[in-house]
Amino acid sequence: MKERMITLFTAIFGSFEAGIIYAIMALGVYLSFRILDFPDLTVDGSFVTGGAIAAVMIMGGANPYLATVLALFAGFLAGCITGVLHTIGKINNLLSGILMMIALYSINLRIMGRPNISMLNTETAFSKIENGFEKIGIDDFLNSLLTMVGLGDSLPETWGILIIMIIVTFVIKIFTDWFLQTEIGLAIRATGDNKRMIRSFSANTNLLTILGLGLSNALVAFSGALIAQQGGFADVGMGIGMIIIGLASVIIGEALFGTKTIVRTTLAVIGGSIIYRLVVSMALRIDFLDPGDMKLITAIIVIIALTMPKLLERSKEKKRKARRKAERLSLIKTSVETEGLNVIMAPEEGKGENHAAIKSDS
Amino acid sequence: MLQLNQIHKRFNEGSPDEKIAIDRINLTLKAGDFVTVIGSNGAGKSTLMNIISGGLFPDAGEVYIDGKNVTNMMEYKRSRMIGRVFQDPMAGTAPSMTIEENLAMAFSRNKPRTLRRGVTHKRREYFREVLETLHLGLENRLSAKVGLLSGGERQALSLLMATFTEPSILLLDEHTAALDPSRAELISNITKAIVDRYKLTTLMVTHNMQQAIDLGNRLVMMDKGQIILEVNEEQKEQLTIEGLLAEFKRIRGTQMASDRAILS
Repeated sequence: MKERMITLFTAIFGSFEAGIIYAIMALGVYLSFRILDFPDLTVDGSFVTGGAIAAVMIMGGANPYLATVLALFAGFLAGCITGVLHTIGKINNLLSGILMMIALYSINLRIMGRPNISMLNTETAFSKIENGFEKIGIDDFLNSLLTMVGLGDSLPETWGILIIMIIVTFVIKIFTDWFLQTEIGLAIRATGDNKRMIRSFSANTNLLTILGLGLSNALVAFSGALIAQQGGFADVGMGIGMIIIGLASVIIGEALFGTKTIVRTTLAVIGGSIIYRLVVSMALRIDFLDPGDMKLITAIIVIIALTMPKLLERSKEKKRKARRKAERLSLIKTSVETEGLNVIMAPEEGKGENHAAIKSDS
Repeated sequence: MLQLNQIHKRFNEGSPDEKIAIDRINLTLKAGDFVTVIGSNGAGKSTLMNIISGGLFPDAGEVYIDGKNVTNMMEYKRSRMIGRVFQDPMAGTAPSMTIEENLAMAFSRNKPRTLRRGVTHKRREYFREVLETLHLGLENRLSAKVGLLSGGERQALSLLMATFTEPSILLLDEHTAALDPSRAELISNITKAIVDRYKLTTLMVTHNMQQAIDLGNRLVMMDKGQIILEVNEEQKEQLTIEGLLAEFKRIRGTQMASDRAILS
């Protein structure tokens, strides 16, 4: 029992740590998919671009923080190009994302020079943070708390990443909330909601789409840079299916935590990202499944999340119809019993009148 | 205020489907003019609206707004000067955003958009004030999503959003046609009140002859891409539907063929 608790805690801790970093990517996907109504597949490429730039620069001796920020700008640029392809090149939105994703695959390989870069034993943004936390002694303090509640055998290596990432992710969340309430932010939201309307209020929807996609992919690449540093490696295939993971986080979050306001929805997306990681880590604990099945699991989660609401709605509608039919039948039955056939004739008359009315109108 | 100079527009040029949509139209609106435009389907009314708003560019001719040549100006730039209400009540507002956010976007029409907050305390008070003039109770629902409003309410809001920044030109594109009769009348009345209040230079397309006669100080009748009849202020006072139909018959030699021209 105790052993189970301990592995469970380790799994939950790991899910939180990864989930909160991936949440930044999910916020990016939320910007493109929900706010701009643009299913942007650039994400699969820009995530790797972020990781690649961070890895190459860090291995080249650059400051890890600087490398992470630079990754963010690279993502912004990639998103802008997708935006230009769509708005000025007039290429279908899905296709412009796919084109950019494919182009980025080669670009990422060029950046890295080889398909995989390891950053083990190198100073990354996170190892710096870990060292800092050790010095202050926060890790010891939190770990002693854990030992007190009987989880002493599963102490995480560091609390630093989790705590810092909660702060970073929430700063980004608050920035997103603020930005979407500004005059420019409102115009971006309207671009995804009703293009014709916001154009009639003197907004350049092309520019706004480009800006929105840029910001979205900036967040995605930022997240990619952080994931690469957390895992200690960058791989040219690390972005495969990232858009679906992002979508899963957005959809799960929205379904569980609601979408009443922007502030609530961005929080929901972060929650969705953590829950997605939890679901995956729980699924992987089943002996039958192995890590290679993760993408399939993700796809199934998204398919269920996308189809369930409609199926539920349809079955509800069916029940409602059946109930109404039953009511009507019983009504006719009783009226036939009491008043004879007249009542059944009455609707016929009404129909005739309606018909006449329509005619005279036109 | 608005001047159209020898506007010409053809669709599908060079193909067997070639069609002259606008045929050398000249039209001038003085400041404060409220011109209603009627005509059967395919007369070119909507094309004319789109050429003024910048949704389409003319093959020949010029468009002047406030004395400035805007013929080749992009739609989004031009819309700083033009307020527009569409036929579809869903078209003029953003459904997933709140009433106050919609108003804030309309408020930014003639100013550069910045990173300042869209809905501030001060603006909210102002929005409440202008919404009160609609008498629909929307001033108490500022943070409700616009998608929850009825068609009539949305159209009233669209109308307010198009006008409260006092654009140089107001374009109304059959903006009551998709509403039921009582709602259409409500929007008609609100239109009249708003145009009077801000003294807006207005061009309104309608299928409803009675509405065309009741509203505005001038009337224009279009057919096959041309303006075939212009009614000035004095003539318009005595105008009737019968008079209009007779006039059409006299000019064109046929009955006005329109299944949608409502004679109510």
